[in-house]
Amino acid sequence: MSEPLLEIRGLRTQFATDDGMVRAVDGVDLAVHAGETVGVVGESGCGKTVTALSVLKLIAMPPGRIVDGQILWRGRDLVPLQSERMDQIRSKEIGIVFQEPMTSLNPVYTVGEQIAETIRRHEGLGRRAALSKTVDMLRLVQIPNPERRVHDYPHQFSGGMRQRVMIAMALSCGPKLLIADEPTTALDVTIQAQILELLQDMKARFGMAVMLITHAMGVVAETAQRVVVMYAGRVIEEASVEQLFSQPRHPYTLGLIRSIPRIDTAAVRKTRLEAIGGVVPSLVDPPPGCRFAPRCRFATAICRQAIPPLREIEPGHKVACVL
Amino acid sequence: MTEPLLRVKELVKYFPVRGGLFRRELDRIHAVDRVSFEIGAGETLGLVGESGCGKSTTGRCILRLIEPTAGDVWFMGTNVTQLERGALRSLCRDMQIIFQDPFASLNPRMTVGSIISEALTIHGLAKTRRQFEDRVVQLLETVGLEADHMRRYPHEFSGGQRQRIGIARALAVEPKLIVCDEPVSALDVSIQAQVINLLEDLQQQFGLTYLFIAHDLSVVEHVSTRVAVMYMGRIVEIALARDLYTSPLHPYTEALLSAVPIPDPKVKRRRVALQGDVPNPLKPPGGCRFHTRCPIRKMPLCSQETPRLRETSGGHWVACHLRG
Repeated sequence: MSEPLLEIRGLRTQFATDDGMVRAVDGVDLAVHAGETVGVVGESGCGKTVTALSVLKLIAMPPGRIVDGQILWRGRDLVPLQSERMDQIRSKEIGIVFQEPMTSLNPVYTVGEQIAETIRRHEGLGRRAALSKTVDMLRLVQIPNPERRVHDYPHQFSGGMRQRVMIAMALSCGPKLLIADEPTTALDVTIQAQILELLQDMKARFGMAVMLITHAMGVVAETAQRVVVMYAGRVIEEASVEQLFSQPRHPYTLGLIRSIPRIDTAAVRKTRLEAIGGVVPSLVDPPPGCRFAPRCRFATAICRQAIPPLREIEPGHKVACVL
Repeated sequence: MTEPLLRVKELVKYFPVRGGLFRRELDRIHAVDRVSFEIGAGETLGLVGESGCGKSTTGRCILRLIEPTAGDVWFMGTNVTQLERGALRSLCRDMQIIFQDPFASLNPRMTVGSIISEALTIHGLAKTRRQFEDRVVQLLETVGLEADHMRRYPHEFSGGQRQRIGIARALAVEPKLIVCDEPVSALDVSIQAQVINLLEDLQQQFGLTYLFIAHDLSVVEHVSTRVAVMYMGRIVEIALARDLYTSPLHPYTEALLSAVPIPDPKVKRRRVALQGDVPNPLKPPGGCRFHTRCPIRKMPLCSQETPRLRETSGGHWVACHLRG
């Protein structure tokens, strides 16, 4: 396989809190190749968002800190990079779309001004040219009447339309990688379908890679080619989407898949959901050994001794479990 | 069929939109517009729809947490909408609610024990301190928590545990009907399954009836006997869960179902794409409210006449001019 676009090696990001050091991301390895969609799934607090923010160095420091690891962007490490250089990479090379479009847009500027600002800054275009490119971008993400809407403020858009604005902004400088952090979580299901479709279209049009962060297995199944499952700050399984759903190897992945009701089969056959007992461990003082061991049905004494490394069990399928 | 436990008839709720110098009523939002349904004892009616469709308002109007504008709510032979304050309070013993946000619905300054036992005091269900404690411990254990949790405060619990506390509080007065308003929407999937299983177990154990309000169609399908779909304040389809999910009639239901992502990459489905957003609720479209986004509309019929809910086959009701 060719050199990955983005390669994260042994990333550790921690946050200082009153309760102690929170190890939000604790040794994550992850790669994204050009043109592919990688789904990063996991529950709240598993470190998926912090991983994404670390890539763009959008972690508030302090209290946050990248304590270890490398983030190789096209072969170059971003961790030691100066903030000016990082500014150029953000949005020109890596774009990001957040979960909550209302809080990530500035309410006192029109959406046109906000998108045009990005374009002027990164592409060096003049006011007029930037505005006309903004209108083009809004048209591209299928906002009706873009010439008029460009002068509207964020609150004048609906949730789905705001997310389209965010996508237009993220794509305005033609990034090679789009990080989408729970882009549809705040949206209704019919609007979610529209946005996912738009992301697919945009991906095809710009030939970019997408790192899709989500907690919804359904969204991953429908959009990603490769999936990375995270638990308590670590990657516990990585596979192609087909492998992951047909042969999940980690007990946590299996539990995740079995714990969601499905509308396509459930109507025929009602079964009880298989809940995963217990709760996610504290990241201040995580349990020794496998972090899932306290909730795992198959856990043995070995599991509690050392953290199982992520190893490849068949081509393209990695799992961090001793069993 | 025997008398249902709950019968909602032509329920209407308008919210006034006020503004200007004297806070005049400028407009009205038709949050719930002539909604009717019944729930039989022991069954679960799922109420689904997208944000702002009026499903939560419907749930709250039934308990009169929000005063309905018009319509009747019959519960065990009593018209809830006609009750005086005092009589309503005693009826609350039989009707309870579980809220979506387990962080906002528990008073942070009360211990879990006092949160759960408050209703016991109000309804005089326990006399001595000993009785209170025994009952609280029993309730905590019923929902999968431990006895010593009663002396702790809500912030010491995770989201899933807080939702269990909310459930214990609702169970305290031994209700017959529980309105579950998005009870698992704020929870992670692994925890969501725990709470769904708990709700199902409790239904078996205590013969509870649920009105289960949620936007997640997969969850609703899983727990419900029957399902009602709402769009802009109206019920557009109501049927047995299996019928609704396998052979939906209303084009909106079809679109909703086809938009749900399925956690299996092998399943490829035909998606009924809906154009645009839900219209402004202040200016709802005339006729069928869905006609602006409907893929099968026939004009001018759909924009002029409001379709009524009609029964097409046993228990399957749909409000569409063109289907059924």
